[in-house]
Parts: sequence; structure tokens; C-alpha cells
Amino acid sequence: MATLAARLGVIWAERPGLASWLTTVDHKKIGLKYIYTSFVFMILGGIESLLIRTQLIDANLEIVQPEFFNQLFSMHGITMMFLFAMPMLSGFGNYFVPLMIGTRDMAFPRLNSFGYWLFVAGGIFFYSSFLVGAAPNDGWFNYLPLASEQFSPGLNIDFYCLGLILLGISSTGGAINFIVTILKMRAPGMSLNRVPIFVWGELAMAISIVFAFPTLTLAVTMLELDRKFGFHFFEPGGGGDPVLWQHLFWFFGHPEVYIVALPAFGIASAIIPTMARRPMIGYTYIVLAEMAIALIGFGVWVHHMFADGLPGLTLSFFSASSMMVVIPTGVQVFAWLATLVTGKPILRTSGLFVLGFIFIFVIGGLSGPMLGLVPFDQQVHDTYFVVAHLHYVLVGGSMFPIFGAFYHWFPKMTGRMMSETLGKTSFWLMFIGFNVAFFPQHILGLLGMPRRIYTYEAGLGWEVGNLISSIGAFVLALGVLFTVIAFVRSQRSGAPAGNDPWDGETLEWASTSPPPAYNFAAIPTIRSKEPMWDQPELHEQEQKPALGLELAEGHQVLITSVLDAKPQAIAHMPHATPWPFALTMALLVLAYAILLDAWLLAGVGAVGTLVGLAGWFWPSGETQET
Amino acid sequence: MSWGDPFIIFAGVVLPAVILIGVFIVALRDMSDLSERGRTADITLEVVSHDWWWEIRYPNGAISANEIHIPTGEPVRMKLLSADVIHSFWVPQLQGKIDHVTGRENYLWLEADEPGRYRGQCAEFCGLQHAKMAFYVVAEEPDVFEEWMGGEAEDAATAPVDGGEVFLNSTCAGCHAIRGTEATATVGPDLTHLGDRETLFSGIIPNDRDNLERVITDPQSIKPGVAMPPTDLTDDELAVLLDYLEGLD
Repeated sequence: MATLAARLGVIWAERPGLASWLTTVDHKKIGLKYIYTSFVFMILGGIESLLIRTQLIDANLEIVQPEFFNQLFSMHGITMMFLFAMPMLSGFGNYFVPLMIGTRDMAFPRLNSFGYWLFVAGGIFFYSSFLVGAAPNDGWFNYLPLASEQFSPGLNIDFYCLGLILLGISSTGGAINFIVTILKMRAPGMSLNRVPIFVWGELAMAISIVFAFPTLTLAVTMLELDRKFGFHFFEPGGGGDPVLWQHLFWFFGHPEVYIVALPAFGIASAIIPTMARRPMIGYTYIVLAEMAIALIGFGVWVHHMFADGLPGLTLSFFSASSMMVVIPTGVQVFAWLATLVTGKPILRTSGLFVLGFIFIFVIGGLSGPMLGLVPFDQQVHDTYFVVAHLHYVLVGGSMFPIFGAFYHWFPKMTGRMMSETLGKTSFWLMFIGFNVAFFPQHILGLLGMPRRIYTYEAGLGWEVGNLISSIGAFVLALGVLFTVIAFVRSQRSGAPAGNDPWDGETLEWASTSPPPAYNFAAIPTIRSKEPMWDQPELHEQEQKPALGLELAEGHQVLITSVLDAKPQAIAHMPHATPWPFALTMALLVLAYAILLDAWLLAGVGAVGTLVGLAGWFWPSGETQET
Repeated sequence: MSWGDPFIIFAGVVLPAVILIGVFIVALRDMSDLSERGRTADITLEVVSHDWWWEIRYPNGAISANEIHIPTGEPVRMKLLSADVIHSFWVPQLQGKIDHVTGRENYLWLEADEPGRYRGQCAEFCGLQHAKMAFYVVAEEPDVFEEWMGGEAEDAATAPVDGGEVFLNSTCAGCHAIRGTEATATVGPDLTHLGDRETLFSGIIPNDRDNLERVITDPQSIKPGVAMPPTDLTDDELAVLLDYLEGLD
């Protein structure tokens, strides 16, 4: 059997060394790159939030200047949404979707590599704005006419528009890749009703991205045309309308919330069965709920605009649709609770993060429908009540599951166990710090404190709440630091993990830790929703690959049918290539050239882009090698 | 699990649906109550938001800034306009918020049961000094309000000797109006009855002589980035100018 593994090892091998990190198309390496890079951005976004909380720790402070404060809260939002949560969840998706569905790579490996590099380029582009003191300063929502050439003449908003175009291409490409991979590359027998819930979460995310991001890309392109070439899409004086921006932005912006929440719910659903040691109760309901949230998410955007003065009928419609989100969300929560209550839960760090997630997210879920009611929303809209709500929903709903995922999947990715002691310390600091930081913000909002203010007068009764909130923020940051320490230390000195340390039910636990480049020596046939529990032969798939499809004739994956996962074809996969990286560099040059009105350089970038595409698509003869 | 599915359906679908429908109906009732007020109001004030202050125009032609007088016991219709970017009108104790949207007209209804001063603040991020864009609503008994509004429409109380000359001959008059004098610019707040206001610089500091001096000589230290430039005056000029401005009530 060693011969089969050896043969596959040669076929799937990539050249070792530094260059391979530039050229790799291995979904696991790309997934790790996403995870590491977005973790760095999370720390940057966290530092921004600590500066914000330091400035607001008391009334009338001048620690951070107003202009810099506005850049900080804008970049904090942009970073946490586009440079942390989305790429982090794409990273876990990249690593684990192919493993969980029993295939050897993503459907479009080069597009995958391109998506990663473009995300890095977008992140560098955004953060280079700090070097010239012109980071985006009108919030992640970037309302017009404030963000127009007239009121924001600097480069700040151009960085915003062009950076988001880069990230938009990256996310959309990545999303298409997920959809095709999940629908067409599942192991034989893994019909749709056997797909792991985490994979469903990634699918729901990807579908939402494909429908939401074009609107954002369109909106920022229109804005850049307004700014650079005097178009009037959003300018009332020229027949445009600033409210159009709000519709376009929030048509993207609300689904974006679910884009970073749905795969995180999926993470929770991946951890809970191993924690409760029983299959998930209400699998079908959870899957339907995820899809329903993705769908309803496109019909609620006007609840961000309840103070715009829109007609009452519009407000009532969007109020009702916003209320509806509660139902599928609640269904998931009760399914998780039912599973935990009826199982024999073992409380590990990953499970603690899941319980913390449920607790925090439910509180955020309670303030959600409050905000959906127009008369209440018009009172607390744009106050710290909303800041509290959105952090309960997003930090609770996305960041806590992500931290749970670190502890759950670290053994699979590194072959070593992560420290439980450090992990539990980290959890409790984060959980307490989070609630201390954000719960008082509900009250601050009810006391009348608006969002996005760099300072406030003394004597309005806001000092105590802000002090408590700032202390909590630093405790939360300390908790994150403990996970960083655990991550670094366990990488070197963690106990060996083995293939399946948690007795997991999904297919990623069948491969070695870390998995070989080809993932599985043989593509297994799936007969259950919990294959690792119901198909004992999978535990020995390295030793007895004859039980599955070898596909060892070339660089190949199996293509199966959408509903039933019946084998249909064998696809030949591309090898490592530098072209996605080169194309990204050309696009980055193009973005900087447009930013600086350097049209000659833009020409160079455009030609570079064409060369990059040509190189990418040049027939290599790879498909004939079998 | 035999009870698992019914549990999820009941706790996750049926129960929230019943609660949400009830809450939603109550919210619709409140929404309609808040909007119907429009039909009974007989006074409309125009509030124009600027970077970063508020201009108020009364039906009798009076123009003021950053302090909005309203009569108690009756709904007052506020017509919300923006001179530049989007701002949001919010007096937490009296009403929810509605935006001043560039190029559009919005309406909001204020009603104060008790006389008093109610603090308001811009609630839509509007740039550098969004944090320092407050205002006050001053609610008074209807007869007190009528008298105040009548006085507010009159020309400046003080003849522009000495300090008025300084005002007209310095950069002040380039932006500010004092009705009854040659100063008619509308870039900055109307100062005709400045002495009557309790705060300066859109509700952020008390209106006293020291603060007024700081606003004139070093406005950027109070509100960095504000459009008002520092005015360079001799001590004598400053003293007579302050006398004059304090006398504008």
C-alpha cells in the first residue's frame, strides 16, 4: 500500500521551499495562509479598537486626534469585516471543505491562489494608506456626500474604493470556487442530505457573496467615477442621490453580516456533535435555517436606513422582514441546545467557545428584533446601543466560533494538540472581557451616546460606562493574547494528536494530521451523515485504500452529481503556478496607479494584467500528461 | 430523538412567531401614532444642518442657531434640510431621530410636555467634528414662546458703535449676519441675538465672556477643523467687540 501513497505523494507533490508558498495551489497551504494572514489583520484591527477605547475612557480626552480617531474606527470596521472575518472563514473553508467532502483540492486551484494573493494585496493597499496619513475616514459604510470629492478631497476614500474592488474580486472568485467544489466534488455517496453542516455554512456564505458583492463593487466603482471623473451618481446637484449609495451599500452590507456569521454557525455545528458525542438533532432544520437566513438577508437592508425619512409602508415592510430573521436563527440555537442537552458533553476549550458563542449571540439576538422595530430603532439608531448589538452578534456570532475552530482543528492542521490550560484561560478572559466591554454600551446608547464620536462632554452620565467598557476591551485583548501564546507554544511542544483526537464524525478526521498533499489515499464512498461514526473502515483508509477510488493515474479529482454525488467524471487539476501571484502584482500596480492618477503607470499595470492572464491561460499540456 | 423535532419547531418557530407578531403590531401602532401627529401641528420650524452647527428658521422670519425654542404642549413640525452632508436630528428625551438628507426634505415632530432645556446631538457621522455638533431645545409655555419668537425676529438690540465697527471691519462680517447692520453673510450662524443663547459653538461650551474670546481668537483649539479662522485683534478691539456681542440679546 505504501506504493500507492508514494505514487500519490509524487503526483501531488509541490516543490519545497519558500517559492512554493508563492506558487502553491494546495488548498491546505492556501487555507493556512488565509488563516495566518487574517489573524495578523485581526490583531491590527484589535489594536485600532484599543486606541479607540483608550480615547473614550473618559470625557474630553485628547489622546487620539479627531482625524486619526475617524480613520481608526473606519479601518477597525473594514479590517474586522473584510480582512479578518471573511478571509479567516474562507481559510477554514479552504482547508476543511475538501477534506470534509472527501476530495483532493478545490475546484479551481489557481483561482484559489489568486483569491488569496488578491486578499493580501487588498490588505496591504488598505494599510499603506496609514503611511501617508490618509486611511479611509468616513466609516466602513462611507456615506455620501461626506465621501465625495467635495467633502473628502484626500486620498482616503480612493483607498477605500480601490481597496474594496481588489477585495471584491478576491471574495467573489473564492465564493464561486466554494460553490462549484461543494456541489460537484463530493465523495461518491455524499448526497446533499449527508453534507456536513459546516460545508453548508460555507455554501450559504459563498452564495451570499456571489449575490452581494457585485453590488458593493458597483457602488464603489460608481463612487470612484464620481470622484475622479465628475460623474454625478450620488450628487444631488447633478441629479444624483446620496440615498442611492445607502441602498447599494446596505444591499451588500446586511448580507455581509450573514456572510461572516453563517460559516461561523457552521463551525459551531462542527464542534457540537464531537462535544455532545451524538449526532446533531434537527440536521435538516439547521440546513434549511442557514439557507433561509442567507435568503432573508437580502430583504432586510432598509433597517439600516430607518432614520432616512423613507415612507412608512417601506419601513413596515422591512421591519417585518427583519423580524423574520429571528426564526431561522432561533431554530439553529434550539437545535444546538437540544443536541447538547441530550448528549454527554465533554467540555473542552473548543466547546467553551461554542457555549460562549451561544450565550453572547442570544443576547445579540434579543437586541436584534428590538432594532427591527421602527419606533425603537429611530431612538437608538446610530448610538452605542447599536455598537453593543453588532458586537454581540458579530464577535459572539463569528469571532467566538472562529476561536473555537482554532482549538478544534489545530490538531488536524499541525498534528499537535493545543494547550487546554492556556485555551481555557484565554476563553474566560475573552468571555468576561467581552461582556464587560460591550454590555455597558447598551446602556450608554440608551443614555443618548451617539456612535462615531471621538470625544464627549463631561456630565452627561457617560463616563462610568465608558470606563468599564474600556477596561473590558483590554481584558478581551489579554484573552486573545493567551490564544496567540497557546498557538505558538503548542506548535512546537503540543502532544501528538493522532488522526482523530476528538472522535469526530466528519471525514477530515479520516486523514492523517496534518493531511498529506493528496488528502486521502483513496476517495471513500460515503453511506452516512456521520461517516466516521458509521463506517469504521474509514479509520484505516491510509492502510486499506482499496476500499475506495484510488485515482492515482494522474493529478486527478472525482466529479460527482449535484444531488446524489454519483460519479460523473475525472478532472485533471493544475499544478503549482506563479501566474496568480504575478497577476495580483499587476492589479496592485494598477490600483496604486489609479489612486495616484499616474496614468502611464496604469497602462503598465493594465498590460501586466493582460500578460498575467495570458500566462495563466496559456495551454500547458498538463491535461495530456496521463 | 422523538421530542427533538417538535421541540425545535415549537421553541424555534411557533413561540417566536407569536411573540414577534404581537410586538410588531404594537410597533406598527406606535409608528402610526408618531406619524399622525403631522396633521394637527400648526407651527413649522426649519432646521438646516451645517458642518458642524444648526441653523433654525422660524415662521415669522427669525433666524437663530443651535438653540431651538418650541412651545410646550403642542406638536411642532420640524422641516429638516442639509446645507452639506447628511446629519441627523436627535433630541433623545423628546423624539427619535430623523436624518437631514442632502437634496431631500424630511419632517419630524417634537412635542415637549414640560418647559425645560433638552439636549440634542447630531447622530449621523458627518466628518471631523461630528462629536461636537450638539444643540439644545428650549421648551417654553406657548405665550412665553410667542413673545420670545417676536423678539428674535427683531433687529439687533445694540447700535453698532465701537464693537460693531470692529465686527464689520474684521473677518467676522465675512461669514456672520447681524440683522439691522450691514453684516448679512449667511456662511456661519446668525448672531443677531447671540447674547440670548446659553451655549456657544453648537452647544459645546457655555456662553460667557472667556469662551466667547476663545471662540474669536482661537476657535481651532476648541473644535479643530472648524471653518472659523482665528481673528487677529488688538486687546482694545477685542474688548469692545466682546462688549458688543454680549449686548446682542
